[in-house]
Amino acid sequence: MRPLSPHLQIYRPQITSVLSILHRITGFALSVGLLLLAGLIISAAFGQQSFDLVRGQMSTWYGYILLMGWSWAFYYHLCNGIRHLFWDIGKGFELSTVTTSGWAVLLASLTMTVVTWVYVVQRSSIVSELLSNANVQ
Amino acid sequence: MVQFSLPANSKVTKGKVFAAPAGAKRIKKFQVYRWNPDTPEVTPKIDTYEVDLDSCGPMVLDGLIKIKGEIDTTLTFRRSCREGVCGSCAMNIDGTNTLACTKAIDDVKGDVVKVYPLPHMPVVKDLVPDLTVAYKQYASIKPWLQSNSPSPAGKERLQSHEQRAELDGLWECILCFCCSTSCPSYWWNGDKYLGPAVLLQAYRWLADSRDEATSARLDELEDPFKLYRCHTIMNCTKTCPKGLNPAKAIGQIKQMIVSRKHG
Repeated sequence: MRPLSPHLQIYRPQITSVLSILHRITGFALSVGLLLLAGLIISAAFGQQSFDLVRGQMSTWYGYILLMGWSWAFYYHLCNGIRHLFWDIGKGFELSTVTTSGWAVLLASLTMTVVTWVYVVQRSSIVSELLSNANVQ
Repeated sequence: MVQFSLPANSKVTKGKVFAAPAGAKRIKKFQVYRWNPDTPEVTPKIDTYEVDLDSCGPMVLDGLIKIKGEIDTTLTFRRSCREGVCGSCAMNIDGTNTLACTKAIDDVKGDVVKVYPLPHMPVVKDLVPDLTVAYKQYASIKPWLQSNSPSPAGKERLQSHEQRAELDGLWECILCFCCSTSCPSYWWNGDKYLGPAVLLQAYRWLADSRDEATSARLDELEDPFKLYRCHTIMNCTKTCPKGLNPAKAIGQIKQMIVSRKHG
């Protein structure tokens, strides 16, 4: 029987294929993230104790890493989805455009993630400030 | 079916090393995929040939011809025109698919040139892939002019300059299958998905003002596997040695199917 020539093992990763598989991976990750969100809501329905338990897990260092990962996955999937919509109307197929739009999507998704988390961290520090102020009073 | 790893009979291991002649100054190591159908029980090997660039032509094909002529006559590969118009010497060089005759050895960084057959294809021998399925898929799109109306008496069917220009970027395809075999979707579903090379050809006939079978051609293509396994990965356009854009052609077929429904 004839052997099958090597493929994934030898093909050099391309900006085209890497961003494409990232779209799938982030799509899958978002589905898993949705389960967690559902879990948080369900835990709330069971009362404060179970809600605090789940929320406590989300506030750990690994919880934050996962949340940051999910927020990036969301922004990447969103931006690259828009890139796909342009292809669907027949625009942006030139190789130079494909490369530029690909890097733009990566950059935009990372920027949006950073901005989001800067905002979250600032807000949460504002919240804790307010809380500590309230405690003093 | 998606199978990421190679079957047991296809796993590649290290092969022989052919050292450069003494005194060679500029050496490039050609690491070449080898498999011999006369000894099918022996799994594929990577042989290393040290080539003296000072006595070798500039292209990867020159290197392969030098190896076959002077170092190891058993090395097998296809080649013909040596100027990028026949598509015979399509192979995977330095990790991407291209034509050995138009790929300069100097364009490969480092001192190693890795040469494999076109990816995810049955191997006939060494760098020669079996393209039977791909050619059958090409035949399936009926790559010829279809017309019911009689041609003008004693004349060919004429086109305006604009109509003819619609075929630019399509007719130049040499069917080397670099694009189809660079496409992960074609790797996993190559038995049912037509692949970028054949779909670009399909669009070549859809775009031809003289062809009258547009509707039947679209009927044939409107299929979850034949056409819609294209997920716009764009490896095809990235790798095309002729600078064509199969992904765009596929996008145009998809648009034609949508617009005839809602047009």
